[in-house]
Amino acid sequence: MTEQLDAGLVAQEIAEHPDALSKPYAGGELGRGRRRKEDAKLVTGQTNWTDNITLPGLLHMTVLRSPMAHARILSVDVSAALEMPGVIAAYSGADLADVMGASMPCAWPVTPDMVSPVHTPLATDEVRYVGDGVAVVIARDRYAAADALEAIAVEYDQLPAVVDMEEALKPGAPLVHSEKGTNQCFVFDFPGAGADYAETVKNAGDDAVVVRRRFRQQRLIPTPMEPRGVVVAPIAAADEFTMWSTTQIPHILRIMLALTTGIPEHKLRVVAPDVGGGFGAKLNVYAEEILCLVVARKLGRPIKWTESRSENYQATTHGRDQIQDIEIACTKDGTLLGLKVELLADMGAYLQLITPGVPVLGAFMFPAIYKMPSYHFTCTGVFTTKTPTDAYRGAGRPEATYAIERIMDELAAELGRDPMELRRQNWIKHEEFPYEMVAGLTYDSGNYEAATDKAEQMFDMAGLKAERDRRRASKDPVQIGIGISTFTEMCGLAPSRVLGSLSYGAGGWESASVRMLPTGKVEVVSGATPHGQGHHTSWSQIVADSLGVPFEDVELVAGDTRSSHKGMDTYGSRSLVVGGVAIHKATGKVIEKAKRIAAHLLEANEDDVEFGGGTFSVKGSPEAKLTIQEVALATFAAHNLPDGMEPTLDSDYVSDPENFSYPHGTHLCAVEIDTETGFTKILKYVCVDDIGKIINPVIVEGQIHGGLAQGIAQALYEEAVYDAEGNLTTGSLVDYLVPAAPDLPHFDTGRTETPATSNPLGVKGVGEAGTIASTPAVMNAVVDAVRQYGVNDIDMPATPERVWRAINGEGSARATAGTVAYGGTSTGSTGGAAADEALDDNRSAL
Amino acid sequence: MRVSMKVDGVTYEDEVEPRTLLTHHLRDGLGRVGTPIGCDTSNCGSCTVSIDGESVKSCSVLAVQAAGADITTIQGLAEGSEWHPVQKAFQQHHGLQCGYCTPGMIMASVDLLTRNPSPTEDEVRHGLEGNLCRCTGYQNIVKAVLSAASELRGEGPIAGSFRDADEPVPATSGASS
Repeated sequence: MTEQLDAGLVAQEIAEHPDALSKPYAGGELGRGRRRKEDAKLVTGQTNWTDNITLPGLLHMTVLRSPMAHARILSVDVSAALEMPGVIAAYSGADLADVMGASMPCAWPVTPDMVSPVHTPLATDEVRYVGDGVAVVIARDRYAAADALEAIAVEYDQLPAVVDMEEALKPGAPLVHSEKGTNQCFVFDFPGAGADYAETVKNAGDDAVVVRRRFRQQRLIPTPMEPRGVVVAPIAAADEFTMWSTTQIPHILRIMLALTTGIPEHKLRVVAPDVGGGFGAKLNVYAEEILCLVVARKLGRPIKWTESRSENYQATTHGRDQIQDIEIACTKDGTLLGLKVELLADMGAYLQLITPGVPVLGAFMFPAIYKMPSYHFTCTGVFTTKTPTDAYRGAGRPEATYAIERIMDELAAELGRDPMELRRQNWIKHEEFPYEMVAGLTYDSGNYEAATDKAEQMFDMAGLKAERDRRRASKDPVQIGIGISTFTEMCGLAPSRVLGSLSYGAGGWESASVRMLPTGKVEVVSGATPHGQGHHTSWSQIVADSLGVPFEDVELVAGDTRSSHKGMDTYGSRSLVVGGVAIHKATGKVIEKAKRIAAHLLEANEDDVEFGGGTFSVKGSPEAKLTIQEVALATFAAHNLPDGMEPTLDSDYVSDPENFSYPHGTHLCAVEIDTETGFTKILKYVCVDDIGKIINPVIVEGQIHGGLAQGIAQALYEEAVYDAEGNLTTGSLVDYLVPAAPDLPHFDTGRTETPATSNPLGVKGVGEAGTIASTPAVMNAVVDAVRQYGVNDIDMPATPERVWRAINGEGSARATAGTVAYGGTSTGSTGGAAADEALDDNRSAL
Repeated sequence: MRVSMKVDGVTYEDEVEPRTLLTHHLRDGLGRVGTPIGCDTSNCGSCTVSIDGESVKSCSVLAVQAAGADITTIQGLAEGSEWHPVQKAFQQHHGLQCGYCTPGMIMASVDLLTRNPSPTEDEVRHGLEGNLCRCTGYQNIVKAVLSAASELRGEGPIAGSFRDADEPVPATSGASS
């Protein structure tokens, strides 16, 4: 057929090199455990990390950071630094005030009256957290730049630190931003889409059972293994710039840099080269990105900044940090009446890109998989003199899932019911989907029964319960606890109209382009930017399946605003459910165009041409066929196309999701607690996740494993601790416990498959599911093991010390002295007079 | 100071400041950027290389201390285009995601298997304790190392938890053993 096409030189070339033409499509790409294309460079050290980039004349930037949590800057003197060998320039905040922009962006004003303080890349008047940038040095190499920081003299007038959210809200408290007159950033009140909570509980009268708890979402440090870094190459004469950054969001970053610095968007190219993990911490617009850009513009020289890990712990956003007052109500038979959520969310010192939006996202997630007529959510954002918080794997949903899954266990204990049985009674049945939730979302699909049945079977629930009860009865020093988490989450951010209704500053669509090359190979361009997720592999599978071309013949183009010019990037488990769907739809347009050309070349009526397995054929004439690669070549040659036909098969699609994606699953955890040391060991971890149709089970399992590790780490290991003066006392990997291989168990993973109905691939997001689900599963297990000692909560992380203290009668073993345990009125034991009294208290509190 | 060392089969002689860390000399001085840096406290292990056959965190050594040494980095581990069995196993068992810890993790694993050719799962976990990974949860790394161990012993790679790459996975079965 190739010869008939008479494509001239290209055809000749291919005739002489038959390998250049694609092999036929073997089929079965979707659901196949392909090993990853990206691994070749990663396992051989041929990766292009930002810090690997070097350019002629490259200069190095370092940042002098505040050693104090809060202080007025009296003076910054960089003159001695300028005398140091190899130093090219040094600037204070005041020196750059004219060029660094008025304020860094926060794209999510969650309320119209949100307090949004000015946030300059370098502090000019006050420093507001340990790590706040004060000055920069530009030198010939990184050692010289580091040395010169020590020669900068800064005079500070120390101001009081603000570290405790509740104290911060009291009248007369020291202010983080004195000009704002308050430490309160916003109050977001959401009464849900159902009945009034207080009214509903009141109407239930004596039949109402109410349980309250105060949960603490400790502050976490995301810790992608690659710290951040930036390189900026200017073309000074043209005022044009290329930035390489360790970012999850090159597209959003470009827009924000343009808006912040005034450099026109089309004069900026932003590249995310190979990026070593992000977990939300690289979903931002950072001071150092702006500083490198404006300094490169000022000096006309390329600039590099590479973050050290200790800097990363101070200067890269943290996650979580909420105080959650949770109240749940049901009737005596266990039917839920409603849920009331009051959050305090620590913003840190400033608002980064989506800082205030993170806890607000949780508003839609607290009711989780449970049917209830009423719901009320309130969140107060609070400024403190700490590193700003922002997205961290799950962003708002882990916090919500933790609270609901923990309090379901507490409610079960209160009622003397089995926690799984109580969940079964209240969750949405599989035949009830689509289901409109009390929080306003409509869940498209799910089957909580199937996932739970399978998980229980894998877990050996009956056997573990028997062993737990045996040890309990025998007062064994090593006790067993069993924890459940039957979770769902909302991901695949997001339908643009929903984001608009939440005042988010952009849409939630994703862009894809499919380019058919003359030799039949395919380049797929995606606006979702990979940083470890395996996009090259999964997208190749989607394209191969759809176009009927070999997996090996597809290449991904992403992460560069020049070649992938449009995108919303990667976060919120959106790459597949938004970006992958866009790719799928773009391939559909390619096939549509190719079909017209094939019909023309085959001299057939378009309606008689069928496409399958990469081949166009004519109904009833088995010999008349053309492969899609042959059509691509013919289109390139353009010698014989239908009249008026544009000579290209290349197609774009921008896909705006019609709904969020709702993966769900059941996670079961058994822990062993040594009651003499308080040490917790995970005996068994089983999870069954339902993420709909699966493109690549190997990649999916990797995502689940990594998510579990981070969720378990929140439960047992990690906590960013600030002292009363606002010093980060867990400021390096020495003090902040990122789990190593011996700290984590073997995970038993399984899955059920309930396809999403909101996208044509039937897929759901998976990037954050493991993190969201696992924390409450572990903590429910920990509390289950020690509930017999009168314990009904332990703060995270459940360190040996906290567990030991809890067992030994020191209440909830809270880290913060003076905190009222359990919200004051809840039960310390199940049943009996104490419980009745607590219930009365709860009811009267309504 | 004038320092000579062999890196991935090539001998280099350079003037280095005495305080220069080996990892910076490898990256900035010699352009061997396959070895990344993940921390400044010698906790993460991303920069692990082999010095005279022993795995070392290259941020914990001065370049001058490595004078005369024979260093292998991740970039010198493969024999031409033939990957080391540990490299192959990391891909086969999906023992990496973002890949930033991978060079160090692989170099530490190679050393571990030299010292203990038949490790148990527990021994692999403890043997890699000095190398942090934030993406994988370690399970697939452990599998990869056990599989590479088997291959290096001449027993062939072990079957992973994943079905064969060329076999589509049935829709509703468990994804792992």
